Amino acid sequence: MEEKDIYAELSSIRNLMERSSKFISLSGLAGVMAGFYAMAGAWFAARITLNHEDMGSPPDDVPVIKLAMIVVAFVILLLSMATSYFLTWRKAKKKNENVWNPVSKRLLVASGVPFLTGGIFVGALLLKEEYKMIPAAFLIFYGLALYAGSQFTYKEIRWLGIVEIVLGLCSMYFGNGLIFWAFGFGILHIVYGIYMHFKYER
Amino acid sequence: MKDPLQHFDKAFENRIRLQIMSVLAVNNSYDFNSLKDLLQITDGNLASHLKGLEKEEYISVHKSFIGKKPNTQYAITKTGKDAFKKHLQALEKLINQQK
Repeated sequence: MEEKDIYAELSSIRNLMERSSKFISLSGLAGVMAGFYAMAGAWFAARITLNHEDMGSPPDDVPVIKLAMIVVAFVILLLSMATSYFLTWRKAKKKNENVWNPVSKRLLVASGVPFLTGGIFVGALLLKEEYKMIPAAFLIFYGLALYAGSQFTYKEIRWLGIVEIVLGLCSMYFGNGLIFWAFGFGILHIVYGIYMHFKYER
Repeated sequence: MKDPLQHFDKAFENRIRLQIMSVLAVNNSYDFNSLKDLLQITDGNLASHLKGLEKEEYISVHKSFIGKKPNTQYAITKTGKDAFKKHLQALEKLINQQK
């Protein structure tokens, strides 16, 4: 066997080990888009709460504001998920890969458990009217989901997860939920997305 | 001089078999269709190589159904893992000798 054959063999082995156990079609651009949606949402949320204070509206307006915030949060979540799915699907297709493979399934299950737990937890906070903790809970559970999923994809996701968790814990202590929220979901996603785009997609 | 080829496994002479073993070495199990997608080969080709590896007892096969569709999962055995490791070490030795 020739030396270059051995190298070709070894690199094909390594490539397959990597491709069969890590899902690397996640799109960096999707991170940037999710970041912009989150920033827009935070801006919108800040505007409705500030407006409310300016006008000194009567207390019976409060449920309307809560409803508006919940709707905004849902719209952002749906937009982010749809955009990520579309961009990931496009990237996988370009590489002639199936989006729905054993690794992406494992990734989804691993991150889905903390993600859904977080969703239910935030729902419970809403019902109990514990609004102050909601941004922190969002950040912490989202960070846990990223951390859990990171073993099936790029290793950088692990760090993004850890930073989100730390931000969530800080937000619990310091308050200022909206600022931490905008930083964690907005700025961090944009920075992360740009970094990943330049590192892996060019 | 010791022959570095003595640990070369005949079962791995074929590239596709080695590729299948690479996938199974880092995953608990993998199903037929996903293997096919990953390696981009035909059903018949993949099936014959899987049979070969199964005969050597390098992989184990678990057949089941999801709804009406057959779902066949493959996993590496202890024997297979050892053989794969030995083969990689032999490749490594060969490289070192040529340096």
